[in-house]
Amino acid sequence: MSIKQREGRDKFFKVVFKASGLLTIGLLAGIFFMLFYNSIAFFAEIKPIDFFTGSQWNPESNDRKFGIAPLLVSTGLVTIGSMFFAIPIGILTAAYLSEMAPSRVKTILKPMIEMLAAIPSVAIGFLGIVLVGPGIAKLFGIQNGLNALNGSVLLAVMALPTIITISEDAINAVPQSHREASLALGANKWQTMFSVTVPAAMPGLIAAVMLGLGRALGETMTVLMATGNAAVLPGGFLDAVRTITATIAIEMGEVPYQTTHYFALFAIAVVLFLITLVINLLGEYFANRLRKFHA
Amino acid sequence: MIKKIKYFFNRVILTGSTVLVCLILATILWDIFSKGLPSLSWSFITKFPSEGMTAGGILPAIIGTLILTFITMVFAIPFGVACAIYLNEYATPSALTNIIRASIRNLAGIPSIIYGLFGLALFVQAFRLGTSVLSAGLTLGLLSLPYIITTTEEALKRIPNSMREATLALGATKFETIKDVVLPQALPGILTGVILTMSRAAGETAPILFTGVAFYINDITTSPDQEFMALPYHLYMLSTQHQSIEEVRPLAYGTASVLILLVFVLNIIAFYIRYKKRSTT
Repeated sequence: MSIKQREGRDKFFKVVFKASGLLTIGLLAGIFFMLFYNSIAFFAEIKPIDFFTGSQWNPESNDRKFGIAPLLVSTGLVTIGSMFFAIPIGILTAAYLSEMAPSRVKTILKPMIEMLAAIPSVAIGFLGIVLVGPGIAKLFGIQNGLNALNGSVLLAVMALPTIITISEDAINAVPQSHREASLALGANKWQTMFSVTVPAAMPGLIAAVMLGLGRALGETMTVLMATGNAAVLPGGFLDAVRTITATIAIEMGEVPYQTTHYFALFAIAVVLFLITLVINLLGEYFANRLRKFHA
Repeated sequence: MIKKIKYFFNRVILTGSTVLVCLILATILWDIFSKGLPSLSWSFITKFPSEGMTAGGILPAIIGTLILTFITMVFAIPFGVACAIYLNEYATPSALTNIIRASIRNLAGIPSIIYGLFGLALFVQAFRLGTSVLSAGLTLGLLSLPYIITTTEEALKRIPNSMREATLALGATKFETIKDVVLPQALPGILTGVILTMSRAAGETAPILFTGVAFYINDITTSPDQEFMALPYHLYMLSTQHQSIEEVRPLAYGTASVLILLVFVLNIIAFYIRYKKRSTT
């Protein structure tokens, strides 16, 4: 091959690689545009104030109602509930892994956590129906265990691997000299851990929680299968709920193309998209703080 | 004395939460495999469902998932690897590079159901591909892109710069350096990421709900414009939508076992590649 051909090929592939890089921006912009474009048609018909403050979601009846509140409260309830379980267990496990575990135990535990992360969400949802749901029903003496608490427990299981992995990285990133300084001042292992290492890793721990939260918030199949799917304002953790993701999954398959109801599903998707965007940006902000702090 | 009790207690809660995480995994696997493996048999994985899904096997769902994952990867690997090459080999720190990196991180955080909506609007409707295995595969391909990019970039980063410099000094062009030196060296790392992404794509349900998955087809999907059955969707239908749910529970457990086994086999292959690479370098 002549040098000209080789240089030509070199230039050509540079353009190809760069184009694929730009594709990712295009993809994000495309998703953003698609969601907003389709929800404009919805807001032309339904006033935004009714959408955000309405307390009923009933898009198919004659007196149709498009209030996002029941879906938003359901999503919030299930997600916050899941964090209630996942944050303490996740961070304590990460602390054990990075500060206490012998390296042999670590080589077994790490693949196990990756295995837990690999279990498909539909399988976790299935266990919610056959195992966790009936367990909750028995525990609280109620007829049906498909409720917000069930969803919270399952989402906690799904968020755990994310929280553990990122928290462990954050705790590991605290320089050894911090620990040594604390030990040299006479603090013991536990005092060092709780007063020095964990506070120093705090921004990373918050980033871990944010990413876990994002994962729980966007999860569809698990909540669709295991939370009972009632699109009404829930009164507590033992009520059936229906999250934004589950509502899209259930209704998009049945709704006629380009009706108000169809566009309404894009409108609730925009809300979900913006919430996850904010949570991801917050997570990124805290991750950067950790990096700056240790640089 | 009080301090000693306190420290003992600390040790217990830290170890306890780790044990709890292990118990969760053990419970999941025990429940699914103890009830699912007995219903696995040769005919379960080689036969079509029969008698309104209450008997027979799950062959079309297995084949559907394999074809779907294949299409996903054919689409996601070239774009993902090319983007990672751009970021690691060409891009200089600039506003554009930062925007690309921020886009990738945000794409990874977008809920999978939103990819489903995007696939519906773009592939099914705008490109007129209809609800088909092609639309669903392309949708999953978009979902997989950020993971492939991130893992490939990690693999490229681990190749020492001296290798690139040596090749360039011998007169190779930048593209030749990447093609003949960097990529072959990074291959095990890239492969690990690709296989892990595959296992994730194979288990996804939400993005294929509106883009082409079907409850039942009486024929094996052979052309990319047909609808298809998939293992995770089959499990969802058997456990929530079937008219005699209790009766098909053993089939649902069997499907869950096959799905989890498939995902685990992929993960173990990825671990093995990673382990082998570590022990050779």
